Amino acid sequence: MATVTLQKLIKRYGAVEAVRAIDLQIADGEFVALVGPSGCGKSTTLRMIAGLEEISGGDIRIGDELVNDLPPRARNISMVFQSYALYPHMSVRENMAFSLKIAKRPQAEIDARVAEASEILHLDELLDRRPSQLSGGQRQRVAMGRAIVRKPEVFLFDEPLSNLDAKLRTQMRTEIKKLHARVPSTVIYVTHDQVEAMTLADRIVIMRDGRIEQIGTPEDVFRRPATRFVAGFIGSPPMNLIEAEIADGALRFGQGDDLPLPDKFRGAVTPGLKVVFGLRPDDVHPTGHGLPSESGGQTVQREIAVSVTEPLGNETLVFAPFGGLEWVARMLNPVPLAAGQRVNMTFDLAKAHLFSAETGRAIEGA
Amino acid sequence: MNRNSASRRFHLMVRIAHVAALFLAMLIICAPGAWIIMNSLRPTVEIMAKPAVWIPRELNLDAYRSMFSVVGQGGIPVWAYFRNSLIISATSTAIAIAIGMSGGYAFARFRFPGKSAWFLGLMLSRTVPGIALSLPLFIVYARLGIIDTHLALIVAYVALNVPFTIWLIDGFFRQVPRDLAEAAQIDGCTRWQAFWQVEFPLAGPGIASSAIFAFLTSWNEFALASQLTRSVNSKTLPVGLLDYTAEFTIDWRGMCALAVVMVAPALALTFVIQKRLVSGLTFGAVKG
Repeated sequence: MATVTLQKLIKRYGAVEAVRAIDLQIADGEFVALVGPSGCGKSTTLRMIAGLEEISGGDIRIGDELVNDLPPRARNISMVFQSYALYPHMSVRENMAFSLKIAKRPQAEIDARVAEASEILHLDELLDRRPSQLSGGQRQRVAMGRAIVRKPEVFLFDEPLSNLDAKLRTQMRTEIKKLHARVPSTVIYVTHDQVEAMTLADRIVIMRDGRIEQIGTPEDVFRRPATRFVAGFIGSPPMNLIEAEIADGALRFGQGDDLPLPDKFRGAVTPGLKVVFGLRPDDVHPTGHGLPSESGGQTVQREIAVSVTEPLGNETLVFAPFGGLEWVARMLNPVPLAAGQRVNMTFDLAKAHLFSAETGRAIEGA
Repeated sequence: MNRNSASRRFHLMVRIAHVAALFLAMLIICAPGAWIIMNSLRPTVEIMAKPAVWIPRELNLDAYRSMFSVVGQGGIPVWAYFRNSLIISATSTAIAIAIGMSGGYAFARFRFPGKSAWFLGLMLSRTVPGIALSLPLFIVYARLGIIDTHLALIVAYVALNVPFTIWLIDGFFRQVPRDLAEAAQIDGCTRWQAFWQVEFPLAGPGIASSAIFAFLTSWNEFALASQLTRSVNSKTLPVGLLDYTAEFTIDWRGMCALAVVMVAPALALTFVIQKRLVSGLTFGAVKG
């Protein structure tokens, strides 16, 4: 196990900056997820840590050692690729033993470590098969087995589950979590799936356009998004985000609709300020069908016509236009709603978020 | 019921048509080969007979016997020609594959300035017919004093084969996912080790087929060899065929016999290696 430190890390491709001077400290044994839309620089960052991509500027430290110019083999890392990258001409056993064989470890030790890894990942019966004879989930496990056999300082995962179908992905997610509990290690996990990031990581790093938008625990990034982008990216269905203008204790939306300015922002904004108002689907619901608001929470009701509903069984997502935005509301204990039906909606303003329309940064409330 | 049997009959007819068409095609492809083998076994009279004699009346190995007999008594220096052919083909193939592997790998994996121009240039060099170069080549070789040496033909054949081997091997390396070499490097390999441990074995069948191709090109080449060789020092088997032409006669039987002797090793080599040309070896490396 080791810490990983990125300082002002930069990657340029010609004139394009793919990673723009990011700083990141990863603690020993920590599970960190890099998450963001495609092209945000998360994979490039991971590949720079792995040594597969040269760095254009800044420093990378693994433990106390500066590894900027070390080749991948000298960094004591393991990586699980999106494509798994199993060696097709070797059996599962040979795949897992490959790194130890290259390192010229004694055969007894190789056998012991392969046996240990295959026991953890339930690969015992597959050891003599070729990768082409395995299913997607099995290949995925072999790729992880190949990584843990090395006992590296740091594990790197590059979207390891994105080639699996939805059911298997959920299953492997749990397996990775169990694995991390059983084999404590520093993990850097790249994904574009915010659910994976939320469920697996101790801390989440949200990236966009080569920059870090926010670093925080899953709780942090969900409850206290630092920017409008993070607010829209984390959470499913995504947060309702609507442009508004502050006017005398109220938020004015388009089409003449408005909501009262949440109490907690009273001291933080001045009339005329353009903002983005955010409220999660959990915090807006047909009255009587939501989570109970915190005691003393500020709520407000509006009559809105429903446009579409998506019943999910235990809950129903209700889509309703208001102020120029199609709001998504989560309805618990659902009852059938018809399209066009007018519904009394409760907005839980105590849970609201405000972002500057100009910079996108969160406005701190009381 | 009726429609079922009609359909079955139709499919049977199609199958028969397929087989018949295949048989016909194979017949056309194989006929010259079979004719050569047959002609090497029967007297010239019968070969030249008009109308053609399709079913041989007499078969013997006289042509082979006399080919390997003493030079001057109808024999030709087959072993010398064979040795020349082997040395020249094997050496030029080895060199062409070594260059082709380096070149193909570079084209498949690296970005460098002028890459597509280089590639196009290599391909364009294939458009020049080899025979057009024989005179300039002859003059240059004459000045260098390497006419009638192994070196002369080896150099010419390497030049002939390199563009093609680079092009073929480039394609095979492209099929090996880049991730594999990267995974190997993370697993502790140097770039060099990653190449030999992972990329080379996976591109191996492709490289072998390029080698067959290069070898056969050199083995069968006649036009340049006939210009650049003079004596048993460097004459190759195809050029050796000319030994059967005299001022007024052509010994068709002997020529056919030598052709058979010439084809045999090439055929054997292809047969041995083609078993290893299993494609689809990379299947399962990445998401299948």
